[in-house]
Amino acid sequence: MEITKSIFFEKYDVSTTDLEKYLSEALSRGGDYADLFFEYRINHSIVLEEQIIKSATKGVSLGVGVRVISGEKTGYAYSDDLNRENVLKAARTAAFIANASTPGGTIQIPTPLNPEQRLYSIPIFPAELEIAQKIALLQQADEAARAFDARIRQVQASYVDETKHVLIVSSDGRAGWDVQPMVRMNVMCIAEENGRRQSGYQGGGGRRALDIFTGELDPTAIARESARQAILQLGAIEAPAGPMEVVLGPGWPGILLHEAIGHGLEADFNRKKTSAFTGLVGQKVASELCTVVDDGTIPFRRGSLNMDDEGNPTHQTVLIEKGILQGYLQDQLSSKLMKSPITGNGRRQSYDHIPMPRMTNTFMMSGESAPEDIIKSVKRGLYAVQFGGGQVDITSGKFVFSASEAYLVEDGKITTPVKGATLIGDGPTVLRQVTAVGNDLKLDQGIGICGKDGQTIPVSVGLPTIKIKEITVGGTEK
Amino acid sequence: MSDLQATAQEAIRRATKTGASSADVMIREDNSFSVTVRMGEVEMLKEAISRSLMLRVFVGKRTATSHTSDLTPGVLQQLVDETVEMAKLTSEDESGGLPEQAVQRDGFPDLKLLDEAWETLTPAQRIDLAVRAEAAALSTDKAITNSDGASFEYTRTKVALANTLGFTGSYEGTGAGLYCVPIAQSKEGMQRDHWMSAARHRNKMESPEVIGKKAALRAVRRLGARKIPTAEVPVIFDPLSARSLLGHVFEAVSGSSVYRRSSFLIGQVGQAVAAESVTVVDDALMPAGLGSSPFDDEGVPTQVTPIIENGVLRNYLHSAYTARKLNALPTGNGSRAASGVVTIGPTNFHLKAGKHTPEEIIASTERGLYIVELIGFGVNTVTGDYSRGAVGIWIENGKFVHPVQEITIAGNLREMLKDIEMVGSDVLFVGPIATPTLKIRNMVISGE
Repeated sequence: MEITKSIFFEKYDVSTTDLEKYLSEALSRGGDYADLFFEYRINHSIVLEEQIIKSATKGVSLGVGVRVISGEKTGYAYSDDLNRENVLKAARTAAFIANASTPGGTIQIPTPLNPEQRLYSIPIFPAELEIAQKIALLQQADEAARAFDARIRQVQASYVDETKHVLIVSSDGRAGWDVQPMVRMNVMCIAEENGRRQSGYQGGGGRRALDIFTGELDPTAIARESARQAILQLGAIEAPAGPMEVVLGPGWPGILLHEAIGHGLEADFNRKKTSAFTGLVGQKVASELCTVVDDGTIPFRRGSLNMDDEGNPTHQTVLIEKGILQGYLQDQLSSKLMKSPITGNGRRQSYDHIPMPRMTNTFMMSGESAPEDIIKSVKRGLYAVQFGGGQVDITSGKFVFSASEAYLVEDGKITTPVKGATLIGDGPTVLRQVTAVGNDLKLDQGIGICGKDGQTIPVSVGLPTIKIKEITVGGTEK
Repeated sequence: MSDLQATAQEAIRRATKTGASSADVMIREDNSFSVTVRMGEVEMLKEAISRSLMLRVFVGKRTATSHTSDLTPGVLQQLVDETVEMAKLTSEDESGGLPEQAVQRDGFPDLKLLDEAWETLTPAQRIDLAVRAEAAALSTDKAITNSDGASFEYTRTKVALANTLGFTGSYEGTGAGLYCVPIAQSKEGMQRDHWMSAARHRNKMESPEVIGKKAALRAVRRLGARKIPTAEVPVIFDPLSARSLLGHVFEAVSGSSVYRRSSFLIGQVGQAVAAESVTVVDDALMPAGLGSSPFDDEGVPTQVTPIIENGVLRNYLHSAYTARKLNALPTGNGSRAASGVVTIGPTNFHLKAGKHTPEEIIASTERGLYIVELIGFGVNTVTGDYSRGAVGIWIENGKFVHPVQEITIAGNLREMLKDIEMVGSDVLFVGPIATPTLKIRNMVISGE
């Protein structure tokens, strides 16, 4: 499929001549490289609360970002419409970064093939479906949560979908386009008993149509899980304070990898030598039980892309193999400056933002232990299965992630639920403390949002059950 | 009438024609410039004008919203029509509707939101502000060996709002920020910290040299940070880290958290919820305030709302919707998210200065922790349970002893607010939420 089949050619009258003109203008003051990122995005959201459909929202955004790179410098400008004069003006503004007297030469757009449409080719995108179908999902969730337990007092269920068309053209002769679907559903419950209140949360989604909401992601299953967590928390005791042995359950607790090592391995930080992982490639940063991968090519996953936001195909990138650090997550600029292969991790929030090295779906490969045996091997520790957000200081390497469902483990048995608590550790050393890896790798349900420099993008994480010899648990019970 | 107002009026007319019983529209135009400098060289330069239109329609008691960056008349007309159709599919909500207060009125106060002085700066001069801040940081101390850059951002914003009750209004403001993020290195590793200044007026921004130097000193004092044993001690929050603490209070007094019963402060108006030395105000009328505006995003005139007076909870913050839900009046805190949905936003939500200098507060502490940065999201505003990662400086006998990292601080916001033992005199405004230095009597530090 050639780029002329993209919506920008078909509906918005963009031509190959236009693209050549814009890129020539972008390189009119010199510069090593320029690219154009066209984006047209439609999204919908619906909120159910207090048993009624409170609101429905539609959003439309259209624009083009122009980037010029000259050495390590980036010039960026964008236009909120595709009006030729406005795009040319954006190209001139971005060109300001370069100041050579000779222009970068004439650009010719080749007629490349689009990267293979392999990861989310679905017959009908959720954004095109009737709103009534989406409302029905929310009503099903609301009923299921309320039926779960009489102590559930509030249910908020929300649905969002998005269709994103992108067209990327670069001065080095690459061009590609993609249409990216996304859908997600969340249920938040509040339980009350004897003046105590607690909340529970569950969500799920991916790059798929509404048929994703079956099995574990059936609206009833999502709602019951949210309600279960809220009720469970009513009986939770204070979390312990201090270093402990910790077992992380499979799936979403993979947020550990995202914070502890993922961000620190993004190439921009390592190129600038501001990451705690700078210079550690080839060294042992984890126990040999650990192999960690970032893989943007898993079908229908929230973090997957046919091509990244710089037009490069996504990859499976091994970050850590049997404990040894293998490499970084690269975008166009860093790979060039570091003379390393591109890994297809250049991503951006939208056309008004510059791309940066970012994660896609980041997970640890399964090991050999049975999850039950891992629990049995713990004398006194914490078993954490659900988490809220996390954060990292990439320079010092210290990271946190906050458990929202956790239990004490006493003499090999899971006992009392404890209140939410933050776990804190050191990225370059925490995985050396991994003493068991389960055979039960699971990816999360499709809820990850990653923030960096004010830009948010969808990601996924995954983990088998693992045991960490010691990590600091931030409760109040000494 | 400006172009923006004319576009807003046109969208309202179209909505009424298509079947909306009432509607409001807000348009925002940002003219922005930003530059990041690293190791003396420009790393990124970005400039653009962006527009966004946010529409809300009511069909009887049903509502829908939409937003678009594409203001072409054809696109807009189609979106208005679709929004009206969407509204018909939502449920009737007794509390829905435009705020009755959002009617045409004369004489909004002049809040000094605009400073033309920024416009006289050339791009080269703007870049130079960031260059100077970073240079100052790099020359402050030999330990500053690297930099995550310094950046300068400037935005000139126009807002126009119109509704079917006859309200039309617009305002324009400027705002700029200068940030510096130096990295210090020692044998034990690297440490990063930052300092910043933000202001609507050119002459209210700290000089690049001051910002760079403060940022460097903050990074250097973190070198050699280590864990400490688990302990229960007094904790002092510096004004930068204390902002997040007040942010949790803001969330808990937002009308939307209150009617959803997802706040630890529900049902407590008139009761003591904090120490007597704590007074919190949401003041939208502060001249040149970063969060000031003449009317909110629903067209409701803004005001000064007392939140906590001498420790006693006085008011929650409301949009038109949450006010109706909770039998109160809107407080001018309706805020439109990028999606167009109205939520509750702070204006200048701040904890009033107390009588102690930060030095006195530190000197008053025999053994304790001075917090300079908090990370993570371990705060539950439903219960008030609090557990976050922290970086700080250990205090013995009223003096800083050594930096601390890889620890958490934990407690419950209900008790933490009541345990505020000293309030500093040094309120720091770098955003819509501001506080001075705060000392909390007792928290659990989890470490070794």
